[in-house]
Amino acid sequence: MSEKKIRILIAKPGLDGHDRGAKVIARALRDDGMEVIYTGLRQTPDMIAEAALQEDVDAVGLSILSGAHNALVPQIIEKLRGNGQNNVYVFLGGIIPEADIPHLLEAGVTKVYGPGTNTQTVCRDIREAIAPE
Amino acid sequence: MPTALVEKALQGDKLSITHLLSEVEAETPKGIQALDLIYPHTGKAHKIGITGAPGSGKSTLVAVLVKELRALPNKPKIAIIAVDPTSPFSGGALLGDRVRMLHIQHDPDVFIRSMATRGALGGLSDRTEAFTQVFDAAGYDYVLIETVGAGQSEVDVVNLAHTVIVVDTPDMGDDIQAIKAGILEIADVLVVNKADRPGVDGTVRNLQNMVNAGHGKDLNVHHHRFLTEKNQEKLDHLVEEDYWFPPVLKTVATENTGIALLAEKIIEHGKFLKDHGLWELKTELAMHEIVARNLRLALYRRWIEDADKTKLQAILNDLLEKRISPNQAVQALMAL
Repeated sequence: MSEKKIRILIAKPGLDGHDRGAKVIARALRDDGMEVIYTGLRQTPDMIAEAALQEDVDAVGLSILSGAHNALVPQIIEKLRGNGQNNVYVFLGGIIPEADIPHLLEAGVTKVYGPGTNTQTVCRDIREAIAPE
Repeated sequence: MPTALVEKALQGDKLSITHLLSEVEAETPKGIQALDLIYPHTGKAHKIGITGAPGSGKSTLVAVLVKELRALPNKPKIAIIAVDPTSPFSGGALLGDRVRMLHIQHDPDVFIRSMATRGALGGLSDRTEAFTQVFDAAGYDYVLIETVGAGQSEVDVVNLAHTVIVVDTPDMGDDIQAIKAGILEIADVLVVNKADRPGVDGTVRNLQNMVNAGHGKDLNVHHHRFLTEKNQEKLDHLVEEDYWFPPVLKTVATENTGIALLAEKIIEHGKFLKDHGLWELKTELAMHEIVARNLRLALYRRWIEDADKTKLQAILNDLLEKRISPNQAVQALMAL
């Protein structure tokens, strides 16, 4: 019998071309037994929301190093909700100033991870948030 | 019953389709019942398999091919099932085919779904066929199935696709590779991608020789396990005109070269199958295969549920201590 696996979209919105962090996280989640859909660089909020819908993911991980998080992240979450994906767990990694975090959490992000985060922490947070059905 | 979900999926509602696919993939009772409900609505889609070695350019080719097919006058709706391998160690997977398909992601009539093999070895997941049924019933005109990067024997896609495209690249081996049994035999259309690289003419020549030597006459069904008498009779009555000779095409997917001709050949093959009564025959054989596989799984599941676990363990212990052979172990298990 098959089982329900945790499915996660890892996306890089915006224009910065640094995807090392996104790939490290994708790999860590894969090694933790999750199915990771990796979409690559320079995604628009529309593309990310559409991919999340088609892939029916439990979580969306966004990696942003460009400083555009305040503009992009709320847009992405709004589009996810607009598509009817109300319970998707959204987490964010990158260079995010402390001062911006409350605003992002309010917009619907559950966790924000800065440089030096242990990948095991990310995996554990996801597993705790997404209880198996 | 998941009637509401199925109703909405049949009308093409994406949220319902995506949820339905997840239920089907996890084989939940809801997912299994949903498949029963949608089955009468299937049978219209042209299923196209795309297979070939890792890195041969399958995903890129799929993306440009979809663009080409979308430009047809009837603007067909297209679904893509992109299969990538599950890790044998962690059970996780990295599904990366979408990276090559970014320029078709905006299209509201293209639905891309990534899928992990979850332990299946034939180049697909055990649930891939069920996914094609969902897309077929939901009104997608073409369902493209991209297999995992295939070696020589990941040929399961032949049992579910109407048209199989095998993607090769220049310098993948000499003429002996081309006459081996397996993946090259299942092609309805052979594509030599990355045709701007050296060695392309030799590869095309080798593949062309293989086709000319008669592999193309096989119809991909002659050695079918569940060939009934009726089907065999149909096959025996095929005449020369009923044999499709796989064309060998050169493409450079990254530059969109040769893609128009590829799309043309796919459509031509679909029409050829219908004109010669082969579409129905392939569908019938595919259905037999599905029933046989599901029956095998169901019997095994019922057996393992009913089996006396203590005796099972005792037999396995006997096997490990070399008191009985694997064959004798199976005999003992069957007698449980």
